[in-house]
Amino acid sequence: MSLTDLLSILPQTLLQGLLLGFVYAMVALGYTMVYGVLGLINFAHSEIFMIGAVAGLEVFRYLGKSGNPFVILLLAFVVAAVVSGIVAMLIERLAYRPLRRRGGKNVLVPLITAIGVSFLLQDLVRAIEALWHNEFNMQYPSYDSFNYDIFSAIGSPLGLILARTGLIVIVVSIVMLLALNYLVNRTKLGKAIRAVAQDMSTAGLMGINADTIISRTFLIGGALAGIAGVLFGLIYTNITPYSGFQPGIKAFTAAVLGGIGNIPGAVVGGLVLGELETLGGTYLGFLTRGNFGSEYAQVLAFLILILILLFRPQGLFGQNVSEKV
Amino acid sequence: MSLLEVKNIQTYYGQIQALKGVSLEVNEGEIVTLIGSNGAGKSTTLRTISGMNKPRRGEVIYQGKPIHRLPADQIVGLGIGHVPEGRRIFPRLTVEENLEIGAYLINDNKLVQERKERAFTLFPRLAERRTQKGGTLSGGEQQMLAIGRALMQDPKLLLMDEPSMGLAPVLVDFIFEIIQRLNKEGKTILLVEQNARLALEIASRGYVLQTGKLTLQGPATELAARPEIQEAYLGGH
Repeated sequence: MSLTDLLSILPQTLLQGLLLGFVYAMVALGYTMVYGVLGLINFAHSEIFMIGAVAGLEVFRYLGKSGNPFVILLLAFVVAAVVSGIVAMLIERLAYRPLRRRGGKNVLVPLITAIGVSFLLQDLVRAIEALWHNEFNMQYPSYDSFNYDIFSAIGSPLGLILARTGLIVIVVSIVMLLALNYLVNRTKLGKAIRAVAQDMSTAGLMGINADTIISRTFLIGGALAGIAGVLFGLIYTNITPYSGFQPGIKAFTAAVLGGIGNIPGAVVGGLVLGELETLGGTYLGFLTRGNFGSEYAQVLAFLILILILLFRPQGLFGQNVSEKV
Repeated sequence: MSLLEVKNIQTYYGQIQALKGVSLEVNEGEIVTLIGSNGAGKSTTLRTISGMNKPRRGEVIYQGKPIHRLPADQIVGLGIGHVPEGRRIFPRLTVEENLEIGAYLINDNKLVQERKERAFTLFPRLAERRTQKGGTLSGGEQQMLAIGRALMQDPKLLLMDEPSMGLAPVLVDFIFEIIQRLNKEGKTILLVEQNARLALEIASRGYVLQTGKLTLQGPATELAARPEIQEAYLGGH
């Protein structure tokens, strides 16, 4: 490929990266918020995301042929948000809270518990889908009205193609991010979440019940991940009970990249990671003269994770740990 | 009947016993001070009253009801405000947000606004800094904010842990004036202080705590006159 060819596909590559980045950003928020209040990496969060994707898919399975696909999609978002939010809350209630009560100081115990919950949920979903529909690979539906290229109407500037689903990914993500921003910075619940994250025992002196606030944080992070799951399904269409793992770990990388515990950081980290991965997938083969193909784009996220941990462990926007006192 | 009655509390940090049976009483309208050297258990006593620590034995009775089994977030709702050791301002909340979070249990927005304005009247310095993050304030300003924050819930009893710590003498005087003013306006105050001279000056009664046990108690003027107190806590002249 010549340089002009490579440049001509750049706008489309950036656009694809943006879509992926928004999905990562929404999942990364759940990691970062839970880390903020509990100092725990909730590795089961990737399964919350997968469960959202599956819940949304079930909505399409049962209602997909019965009405306006956009209305059904809206319903899928709501169902995914509710199911994922509740599952996230239950995990906190049943797995993490009992450990917290026992007051162990070892941070590895909740971490290993999170990994265990993650495996449990993967296979639970696998069992449920196998018994219910005898399925492992699940397909999001493809409607002509979803796939319609919105740029074709205005003569495809820069050769850009964007399906309506892509536009939905962007709009829904931005709306959710603005809503979260409002919730965290302007509401009483948001203030309480920040207070608990900064100093849990002093928050108690204010009359804040930390358990309630932690539970709400899981609910909010879970709902965002559930919606992200549906968006992921719209983009990639194929979902399995193990679909959460890779995007989950990349979203975690995004959260670390932005500075874990930092909410704007998670969004920026997600977008940067989505772009890097997509750009890598498109250009890696050219840049390395064919030695590394697009399959290595997956590795990029982890390469970035290692580099951050080496050179800037607090992340792009991370506060110094000492400030947390 | 006293407002607060602490009966023989024993509080532990793991295996270490910090309080070896502390009993004290605070009557409505009083300023009572708890003095003693570092590590005597003064802060632990306050923390046990406000529910941050749980006593292994003993009782805390507030307005005739036992409260030592309640979690901290419920005790504050009964009218006990705690200005904790080291101020414990939320560093990344603004001054205004710190005050608002102090009024967490109040759902009436108008009342919260009123109380916030009252805090700004009491501490005009905070009004100037209302949009600044708590962590950027000076020590004195943080102390004002910690007091203002505890007042947001309009407590009957105010537990104050070393409000003079690390402050310049001018500010110490200011904070002590505020404490007296709050007392005149009806707040009952249990004051923990290293600055025993000042504390005994404004208090009506005092308790002396030594390695988890009370060694002396009585009217503040009598305590201040005792040679062993002068020797140990008042710089002995």
